[in-house]
Amino acid sequence: MSRRIIGPFNRVEGDLEVQLDIEDGKVNDAWVVSPMYRGFEQMLQGKNPMDAMSYVPRICGICSVAQSVAAAYAIADAQGVQMPKNGELATNLILANENMADHLTHFYMFFMPDFTREVYQLESWYDKVKTRFTAVKGTAAKDMLPARAQFMHMMGILAGKWPHTLSIQPGGTSRAITAVEKVRLLATLHQFRVFLEQTMFGDDLENILSLSSATQLESWLDNDKHSQSDFGLFLQIAISLDLENMGRASDRFMSFGVYPIENKPVFASGVWEHGEAYPLQEKSIKEDLSNSWMLNALEPKHPREGVTIPDPDMQDGYTWCKAPRLSGEVVEVGALARQVVAGHPLINDLVNQSGGNVQNRIVGRLLELAIVILEMESWIKDVRPAEPFYHLTSMPDEAEGVGLMEAARGSLGHWLNIKKGRILNYQIIAPTTWNFSPRDSHGKRGALEQALLGAPIREGEDTPVSVQHIVRSFDPCMVCTVH
Amino acid sequence: MPAKWNLLWLQSGGCGGCTLSMLNAESPDVLTSFEASGIHVLWHPSLSLETGQAVVDILRDIMEDKIRLDILCLEGSVIRGPNNTGKFHKLAGTDDPMMDWVEKLSAKAAYVVAVGTCAAYGGITSGGGNPSDACGLQYDGEKEGGLLGKSFQAKSGLRVVNIAGCPTHPGWVTETLAQIALGDFNEQSMDKLGRPKSYADQLVHHGCSRNEFYEFKASAEKPGDLGCMMENMGCVGTQAHADCNIRPWNGEGSCIRGGYACINCTAPKFEEPGHTFTQTPKIGGIPVGLPTDMPKAWFVALASLSKAATPERLKKNAVAEHVQVAPTIHLKGKS
Repeated sequence: MSRRIIGPFNRVEGDLEVQLDIEDGKVNDAWVVSPMYRGFEQMLQGKNPMDAMSYVPRICGICSVAQSVAAAYAIADAQGVQMPKNGELATNLILANENMADHLTHFYMFFMPDFTREVYQLESWYDKVKTRFTAVKGTAAKDMLPARAQFMHMMGILAGKWPHTLSIQPGGTSRAITAVEKVRLLATLHQFRVFLEQTMFGDDLENILSLSSATQLESWLDNDKHSQSDFGLFLQIAISLDLENMGRASDRFMSFGVYPIENKPVFASGVWEHGEAYPLQEKSIKEDLSNSWMLNALEPKHPREGVTIPDPDMQDGYTWCKAPRLSGEVVEVGALARQVVAGHPLINDLVNQSGGNVQNRIVGRLLELAIVILEMESWIKDVRPAEPFYHLTSMPDEAEGVGLMEAARGSLGHWLNIKKGRILNYQIIAPTTWNFSPRDSHGKRGALEQALLGAPIREGEDTPVSVQHIVRSFDPCMVCTVH
Repeated sequence: MPAKWNLLWLQSGGCGGCTLSMLNAESPDVLTSFEASGIHVLWHPSLSLETGQAVVDILRDIMEDKIRLDILCLEGSVIRGPNNTGKFHKLAGTDDPMMDWVEKLSAKAAYVVAVGTCAAYGGITSGGGNPSDACGLQYDGEKEGGLLGKSFQAKSGLRVVNIAGCPTHPGWVTETLAQIALGDFNEQSMDKLGRPKSYADQLVHHGCSRNEFYEFKASAEKPGDLGCMMENMGCVGTQAHADCNIRPWNGEGSCIRGGYACINCTAPKFEEPGHTFTQTPKIGGIPVGLPTDMPKAWFVALASLSKAATPERLKKNAVAEHVQVAPTIHLKGKS
């Protein structure tokens, strides 16, 4: 048995280390290390609650809006204010703009370049993938970057700039959209849709989201136009490398629900296990610190009572990441989890057949792109420029608030406690905190640690390519993980 | 001057937002921009293929002078805590604090560039009680020093270039790097705080889309209002050094166009303004803080005069989400 330390792990957001025990050409055990601590929860203590709106987006440059939205919901909950419908729509649009740009960046820049590695040079798809996805020099990045930048012109209208906007507020948005800006947003969105249809899918978005089973997806690939698209190319790779049987974790999925319209989320909240969806019990969330570099309480605590005191000398610690658990269990979050909980038939069929794995995580993400772009069209059309975007409310001196939402990478929660008009405690659980958590006091491995077990190691590999596919299939955000 | 400029990009105590912002570069995109400037990316956390051992090998080769390092970019602050051990960020795959890697690599680089306010001065990561003891490459807040010390010069003889901003505008980064690669960037190109003058010699106030409201002190009172945000909403655009309203963000945006205050994110210590970010501090009802280079008595006199003369149109529009009263139409007369 040999222990191997892999890092720095790039094309993830932030710094990451993975430690492996390797035996008989396979990963025998794994430890996931989040190597950086900054301490946003500590910084926020004692501040005016509204200052969270300036601080929290800066936790993360890739999920910046998601952090703003979670904070806005938590403060709104404490204030008892409800955004007007226009505020909800504009917030959803800003969030969806970020989330969909993130899905795109992940696929084109973070995930696909690994298939250009020399270990694959004998594969039938290799030359095409190398031309298209070689890091820095491939044709795909140069197609995708301008499409992404133009898509994000929606931010220029709705949010001033990205990342790190202050237009998202507990009571709505600070940027009322005019009638003519509605048509500008629609045109910008349409331009992005054309990119997706021509380049990513080789098909209409409506056809993509109407795929309802694994069999249908398979026959969709039979068409030349489809198979030559970037999504088609990925599916061919997935079949030839059997990505469906790589990187399976707990197969227990969670979503906090997202994109509320009049308080009802477009993608429902819930937990999915053994083929069925259940309601989410927020009270059952607890963070276990027994393997974190954190001074730990005797038992795991709900984030409302959570404490963050870093200590790099904790004896059993091996990461700055805490270990959140739902009713003591490990859950996986992300686009796949969100769509399985929301009940999309294709994703449910895929997960029923092969669970959470490298292939299904990518399909979940790209399918969501198709769904959300169409939703965004309807949200823009629903905006009523003559009606308000923002409701003003005062800040209570003492209150608690919870903000639960879905970032691109999965469930994000902010728990806020206000005393004497100041932040007494602020706790955050980010999506990758769930996925990349360490072991808990019962020795239960986090989702990625489970997913890595059994990963094949090729002869002579120092940084196993299978491990890279598995890690990146989660689209980790390390700067959110330990904030 | 080298034909190709080897660039190494590292990230530490930050959010990665300056890189993500840089991916928004347009006409051309960031990769084409590097290509045009002759910049060869040795390694970048988001762009490069190499991971794990292959990265550590690149870093070692630079240290052993096997690879020439022309430009070292650091994004994110230098993390010194706890107790100056740097253990709050050890570079993954190594047992060494990132601050040690950065210090050693800086000694090898012809140019050292701090990308973003964190790398320049400490930034948001040094907010609150600064739990990770974060600082900048050559500054600790407003104080010179930081990780590399006041007298540090990269091999080119230049101090650290501070492309401050939270985040940085894509153009600030790609154009500064292009100027360096052209051999056109020198001491005269930087202001007192090491920021490129190309954008830091402007004020956010320049080109502000709310200028008429500012002229007449017609002020916004809550988020979404169209009026000037200086009096109530915490906006310090008249004091902040940047060209945000001359050169738009994400096509046509800026903080002010997005309906919220400029919080002076290109300045050291912006993270602790001493008041709630989005509320203007006042003494006896009078806002504290003057527009840059404006004599106080003159400003007070002008403000009270212009307040007295505020047209009805601006008074009404300043506190509304959309234009309530349109400008009067003047015709030249009957034809």
